[in-house]
Amino acid sequence: MNLKGNKVTLHDMSLRDGMHAKRHQISLQEMKDIACGLDAAGMPLIEVTHGDGLGGASVNYGFPAHTDEEYLKAVVPAMQQAKVSALLLPGIGTVDHLRMAHDLGVSTIRVATHCTEADVSQQHIGLAAKMGMDTVGFLMMAHMVPAEKILEQAKLMVDYGADCIYCTDSAGYMLPDEVTEKISLLRAQLPAAVEIGFHGHHNMGMAIANSLVAMEAGATRIDGSVAGLGAGAGNTPLEVFCAVLQRMGAETGIDLYKIMDVAEDLVVPMMDQPIRVDRDALTLGYAGVYSSFLLFAQRAEAKYGIQARDILVELGRRSTVGGQEDMIEDLALTMAKEKGLR
Amino acid sequence: MAKKLRAIIIGPGNIGTDLLIKMQRSNWLEPVWMVGIDPDSDGLKRAQTMGIKTTSEGVDGVLAHIVADDIGIAFDATSAYIHGENSRKLNELGVLMVDLTPAAIGPYCIPPVNLADHARNLEMNVNMVTCGGQATIPMVHAVSRVQAVDYGEIIATVSSKSIGPGTRMNIDEFTRTTAGGVEKVGGAKQGKAIIVVNPAEPPLLMRDTVHCLTEQQPDEQAITSSVHKMITEVQKYVTGYRLVNGPVFDGNRVTMFLEVEGLGDYLPKYAGNLDIMTAAALRTGEMFAEEISKGAITLPSRNEGRIEGDEK
Repeated sequence: MNLKGNKVTLHDMSLRDGMHAKRHQISLQEMKDIACGLDAAGMPLIEVTHGDGLGGASVNYGFPAHTDEEYLKAVVPAMQQAKVSALLLPGIGTVDHLRMAHDLGVSTIRVATHCTEADVSQQHIGLAAKMGMDTVGFLMMAHMVPAEKILEQAKLMVDYGADCIYCTDSAGYMLPDEVTEKISLLRAQLPAAVEIGFHGHHNMGMAIANSLVAMEAGATRIDGSVAGLGAGAGNTPLEVFCAVLQRMGAETGIDLYKIMDVAEDLVVPMMDQPIRVDRDALTLGYAGVYSSFLLFAQRAEAKYGIQARDILVELGRRSTVGGQEDMIEDLALTMAKEKGLR
Repeated sequence: MAKKLRAIIIGPGNIGTDLLIKMQRSNWLEPVWMVGIDPDSDGLKRAQTMGIKTTSEGVDGVLAHIVADDIGIAFDATSAYIHGENSRKLNELGVLMVDLTPAAIGPYCIPPVNLADHARNLEMNVNMVTCGGQATIPMVHAVSRVQAVDYGEIIATVSSKSIGPGTRMNIDEFTRTTAGGVEKVGGAKQGKAIIVVNPAEPPLLMRDTVHCLTEQQPDEQAITSSVHKMITEVQKYVTGYRLVNGPVFDGNRVTMFLEVEGLGDYLPKYAGNLDIMTAAALRTGEMFAEEISKGAITLPSRNEGRIEGDEK
């Protein structure tokens, strides 16, 4: 693979996707310290919100230690060169949250929908584009449908005003060939001015490989997270990815030693559990289940005595999508009843 | 049998057609007109074959017939955008308005919680909130009538095929209106609503989860009993409304997991979210009809003189 001279914008997820792994309990100081470390290392874009995006604070997804507003107010003014992005899932957050993020200096908004439901994003993408924000359409669980469907949905988001489209492997299910097929089709069929991005999870151990083939197929934005801090087995670990890209001669603009230090000195020490491909995280990838279900399934296991792996496989069989965290306790209760445990 | 209250339905789409089928079985309401805007629409043709008068000129096309056809109630299944005008024109003619759009000019109506009050007060415009609201607000109320609820949160998961372009284009309206209903009618101090759209095939039944955070330690026995009573109340008009799991108690959290299967009249059974709207709207119309029939309330007299002056 030749990525020599290839330019890529890396986008750190540790303070958003990483919120899942921290049960949304990252402190303001931790957020600020990590963001400043990343800023100094040259990270161009850093995402900051509740794990489920703006307005995600809820019983269903977890109440965060601080509001989105408090996190953004702590991070945005502290940045020297990095821009801050925010995630928004229509159905959870609203245009009111979007306006709030814009007013606080968020420059990139990523409007996320399930990969077949792009048409719920029209008002949010439309407003963000109108306000002049860098506007991203983020198609989640992209492994669930063929490439042509992803393209069809991407075109809707472009019509609404998105200037970048993400193929998002929320379940960490994809193998490299699938990434190549999907990204190539998007690159070939969308206008040249529209950037293509890839967001991976490491549940099948494929995050680095998938991110590389995504770049080879034309993606110019790659999500990852320092020390991999993210849902499931985490996101593409950025310090590792930077080292790989440096060896390959691609240009990230990031200081490798500095990002290694942020990973080792700031992020790893605050992890509540090791972020690795353990049995349950592997099941997420294997069964094609939304990565943030991991800790919920483990809590249901502890409470109802049903193995997290069995719950996750059943959630995959039922074709659950992102946001259906409420199904986990519901299903565990039903499975416990069937087993005569309740 | 008492005289039925004569009705018009505005909007011959999925909701309007399903409502028409249900209304043809009603002992209290008689559908007379279906109002549309496109003479070639399938919905108006369907209504004609079902023996209903139709107009393709919108509400203006039916105003001249209101008195002659003795219309007492209207159901608006169009959009928030035009509901205001529809309601004004029909209210002026003494016609009650049941609003199935998100316009919410009138008070929210969740039948087992506050319909009786609305009927007694002769509210001339009542709003049916949202499908998610109809499915979940009774549960929030079932908890809040036992003890104070600081926070109520609902998650509605609906099949992709069951939500139309109107809802999709303005999904924020769903979350805002439903959260408002959780507070105003459900009785939670703070409300939150989430909607998830799932494209699985075959389509999934509507699923709803209701979380309440009670101010004090929840009284498990009283809440469980209240929840079961409320399920029975809703089942009177939505037979496929089921408590799948719960109430679950975890500290101050009380959670109910629900499933809503439709009757499959015009809309498929999985579209319980649409069925619960039409069923609740029908129940609302019937309650007003019953009260009118009993003489407990009287519709305002028709004021024909004012229409002409108002029209231009």
